[in-house]
Amino acid sequence: MDMRGETVLMLVFPATAQGTRHALRDVRGALTRAGLAPEMLSRVETVLAEVLNNVAEHACDARPAVPVRLTAELRGSALRVRAHDRGRPMPGGVPPAGALPKRDVPRDLLPEGGFGWFLIREQSDSLFYRRADGENTLELQFRPRVPG
Amino acid sequence: MELQSSCRDGTQIVTVHARRIDSAAAIRFKDAMRAVTADGPAHVVLDLGQVAFVDSSGLGAIVAVMKFLGPGRRLDLAGLTPDVDKVFRLTRMDTVFGIFGDADAACGRETG
Repeated sequence: MDMRGETVLMLVFPATAQGTRHALRDVRGALTRAGLAPEMLSRVETVLAEVLNNVAEHACDARPAVPVRLTAELRGSALRVRAHDRGRPMPGGVPPAGALPKRDVPRDLLPEGGFGWFLIREQSDSLFYRRADGENTLELQFRPRVPG
Repeated sequence: MELQSSCRDGTQIVTVHARRIDSAAAIRFKDAMRAVTADGPAHVVLDLGQVAFVDSSGLGAIVAVMKFLGPGRRLDLAGLTPDVDKVFRLTRMDTVFGIFGDADAACGRETG
């Protein structure tokens, strides 16, 4: 039942904005070579951009950049991605709910942030967070979506 | 962040010459937009035709541009590529901006 997946990506890089940008280029390359459909690839890139930016901005601030370890495993048409870092744990030990910020407000109050967890939850198909032995692990699953 | 600005029929068109407006670029994008739109026309069109990817930081930066233009000026977006369009639609921020197929279409709209 639990068939072994094929590891298609393993990356270690600094938790910084530039580190994230370079990692996403490598992710896109590796997953394209692995034959991932463009629709899923686009969601993976959107989700990982937010996940990795969060690690860079929140979990690993005020120290030299902490490494992030990223792996991706293909199981049939489903992709499992895991991000590991040794930065701070999620506040309260759980990932944020990811409600969309209000936009029916005067222009000078429009949201300039708060979209990240909404995008992570909307664009992935399941999500699991664990803090153990000083390490954060965020596991994300992606399955093909029928267009429309 | 390289931006190119031109004016047509009283509209300022700002073209972003970059593939990504992400967390690594958001602050520079905002600073460059602030500089290039200072004392410009009331109608600004941001041409994103060369931008393949926007993350939430980039989206927030584009919202920030609209806000610092102030109530007397409007910001429309043009040439959204598929992944950029996706982020605007999912976050419903496509309802906050005028969005046009290309800069020509955005210039043709009636302002204000």
